[in-house]
Amino acid sequence: MAGQDQIRHRRDDEPDDAPEPVAAPAAQARDAEVDSLLEEIDEVLEQNAESFVRGFVQKGGQ
Amino acid sequence: MGIETEFGIVEPGRPQANPMVLSSTVVAAYASVASPPGRPARWDYEDEDPLADARGFRLQRAAAHPSMLTDDPSAPAPTGPDGGVPDVAAGAATATALDPGERERPVVEEYDDPAAATTILTNGARFYVDHAHPEYSSPEVTNPRDAVLWDKAGEAVALRAVRAVCSTPGMPDVVLYKNNVDGKGASYGTHENYLVDRAVPFEVLAQHLIPFLVTRQVFTGAGRVGLGQAGQDAGFQISQRADYVEAEVGLETTLRRPIVNTRDEPHADRSRWRRLHLIVGDATMLEVATWLRLGTTSLVLWLLERSQSRPEVLAPLEDLALADPVDAVRVVSRDLMLTARLELADGRRLTAIEVQREYLAAVVAALGADVDDATREVLDRWESVLDRLARDPGLCAREVEWVAKLRLLEGMRRRDHLEWDHPRLAAMDIQWSDVRPERGLYHRLVAAGAVETLVDPAEVDRAVTEPPSDTRAYFRGTVVRRYAHQVRAASWDSVVLDVPELPVLQRIPLRDPWRGTRSHVGELLDACADAGELVRRLGRG
Repeated sequence: MAGQDQIRHRRDDEPDDAPEPVAAPAAQARDAEVDSLLEEIDEVLEQNAESFVRGFVQKGGQ
Repeated sequence: MGIETEFGIVEPGRPQANPMVLSSTVVAAYASVASPPGRPARWDYEDEDPLADARGFRLQRAAAHPSMLTDDPSAPAPTGPDGGVPDVAAGAATATALDPGERERPVVEEYDDPAAATTILTNGARFYVDHAHPEYSSPEVTNPRDAVLWDKAGEAVALRAVRAVCSTPGMPDVVLYKNNVDGKGASYGTHENYLVDRAVPFEVLAQHLIPFLVTRQVFTGAGRVGLGQAGQDAGFQISQRADYVEAEVGLETTLRRPIVNTRDEPHADRSRWRRLHLIVGDATMLEVATWLRLGTTSLVLWLLERSQSRPEVLAPLEDLALADPVDAVRVVSRDLMLTARLELADGRRLTAIEVQREYLAAVVAALGADVDDATREVLDRWESVLDRLARDPGLCAREVEWVAKLRLLEGMRRRDHLEWDHPRLAAMDIQWSDVRPERGLYHRLVAAGAVETLVDPAEVDRAVTEPPSDTRAYFRGTVVRRYAHQVRAASWDSVVLDVPELPVLQRIPLRDPWRGTRSHVGELLDACADAGELVRRLGRG
């Protein structure tokens, strides 16, 4: 997946034949961004995922 | 157009809590912090008709599943496959727009069933309890960007309701989630509604909508951890709703759910319009995803309306019928590379993206050069998203919800070496849609600048209390705000006023969704100090 630096701007006006991003640096940028997102998310994730998921019980609706 | 959202509801640590009571608590708590003082307005059920079928017949009340009987407040529609069948005849109203009609004022105060809690908001929306979930039904809007705005306002309403409950001593903790599955078999809906010219035959609607709806998942899906209705198999799929679609066309919404729902309850002049009620969509947090879902679908509906005077515009779509649409819903939802080929009735095999491109091309051809800016934006983004999805779905991580969610989940899997059946991944899927900014994963992505937004938070704040200006929601919302203590009841197509000096209630029909706008009634409402004056002026015509 693309890193944020490739997709920060709106893509509307991007020509269809835009060059493919260079794979290796893009992958590194991507990993760095996802890793920092994950670090933020670690702080809010439910500590006991299993019991949280088990407790998420809904009635069927429309 | 508009969006109805049933929120998932949880009392942390108490999975056995009664969801109807909890939902009522949430709705009542919001009413207590947001509603003007006075007796709350009831829902006016007079024109509701959930058993009318767009194919031209009415389901017998006794033959209907009880969960479909949503028009009787004394017997809220139950959620499971049991319950009594009440006997209520639907009324009929034939009055013309904004022409007050008279109704008896009940001598005895009507009984308010707390489980049927309903609030009509000053932004024109309805916030109520439906099938054991709090539901926010947005006000009617005219364009997909406004649909995003008042959908986000619904999330803000849900958040304020949660805060109101949690800050009240003695009340339980409660959390709301904007998703569609619990991973144990239950699903609850996010329905889109579109006003469609009645002249378009229903068969034409169904024929051309099915391939579009089956394949639009590639950019409308919210993503889901778990395969199968109960999530019995490990894995990730594109759509929350896909595994619950079991029929091509049908009236039901709670079982045997169809791709195209035939409920024919227009909430408007039946001779001119139908309300297309789509139940296949996912709740989406990403604003671009919601905008594209409503924008592309309304463009396809425009094309179908256009075909009534120019039949040739549908020629490019004539041969797109899928060999097995219900199966194709699942195939598309499980095809994360977006390369699976769907078999068409004529034997061709196209990918979902290729089917979408056929619709895009047909709309572009029919529109010609004369396209307004808002439509141009939808068309450009539709094309751009399809192109990038075809190249590498990861390129759409800021716009397409399932891609954004999968990116995070794959990152977690890679970092911590997790298999798809690890509970932390299922927990992330649920927490994704937590309406609380401090806990919801979507909100964390917004805070980090990792997803694109379209509307300003200040605009959303205003949309929580203010109605759209260009539909009848303006009249409904403004009357509820200004004359709160004199609004007896309201619905999508009526407002019932209780003016003390008049012997009977005054019911103002709103059968035309395009009347009651600010340009139509803004001055009138500004000039009326109370509902009595409004009724007098309307009566004078």
